[in-house]
Amino acid sequence: MTEHHEEHHTVTYKLNTIIWGLLLVLTAVTVAAAQFDFGFLNVVVALSIATVKAGLVILFFMHLKYEKPLFKIIVFITFLLLAIAIGFTFFDIGYRY
Amino acid sequence: MSVIKDYTGAKLGMWLFLFTEVLLFGGLFLLYAAYLHKFPSEFHLAGKELNVVLGATNTVVLISSSWFMAMSISALQQGSVDQSKKFLLLTLAMALTFLVIKYFEWSAKIEHGIFPDSPELLARPAGEVVFFGLYYLMTGLHGLHVILGGGLLSFAYFLIVQGKVTPQDFVFLENSGLYWHLVDLVWIFLFPLFYLIA
Repeated sequence: MTEHHEEHHTVTYKLNTIIWGLLLVLTAVTVAAAQFDFGFLNVVVALSIATVKAGLVILFFMHLKYEKPLFKIIVFITFLLLAIAIGFTFFDIGYRY
Repeated sequence: MSVIKDYTGAKLGMWLFLFTEVLLFGGLFLLYAAYLHKFPSEFHLAGKELNVVLGATNTVVLISSSWFMAMSISALQQGSVDQSKKFLLLTLAMALTFLVIKYFEWSAKIEHGIFPDSPELLARPAGEVVFFGLYYLMTGLHGLHVILGGGLLSFAYFLIVQGKVTPQDFVFLENSGLYWHLVDLVWIFLFPLFYLIA
């Protein structure tokens, strides 16, 4: 038999299904919102909804909510690096054109 | 047999690999953002040509696949091997559905003469050429991940059948799930950027 020395948190069927429902609702919201023209805000609205959806997937489906702090820190650092790369690129192209 | 599995180490390795994937797709998203900034109206017009219904359907398909994947892991952790296998097959069915829809989407575009380097596309403004170039590159790379993820999940299924992935030892299924959810995450951003922002 395999021995176990680590705690595993099992996400219930119910919670998984609630997250699935929320993701479907948010998909409907983002499609509906795209029918209106908010100008530049279109991008902001669409990406905000996508970020919330990504957060739900990462926290619950990928169990990050139940992982050790180490996992949370490195996930944060990864997205921070991406944000820095995107931010600095836009300092450049934003002032170029 | 007494093996102490290092679950934290196994999952950490998978997450580290996923970060390289995030940065790979992140670089492409950066490219998309820079060109959207340069060609806003061309991106708008080109994006309108994509089929929102098919894009939204595929979003629902992938979200459901992620749900089935999470359910499969929960089932195995609770000891329901048969349930876990059923949910895993449903995940694979969703992966296949996604690819079939993607195939029809690409075929429709290609039949209209819109593909990289096609005379029809090259006759258009530079911004539209870039948009469709990025469309094929990013959805193509994503599609490749769906195919690889499907292979990985099939292998996980095989290991469950073989009794090598069990309710006591499920880290392989969990890590396969992490990869699958990443595929879903990438699509969650691809969908609004290509189909909706236009």
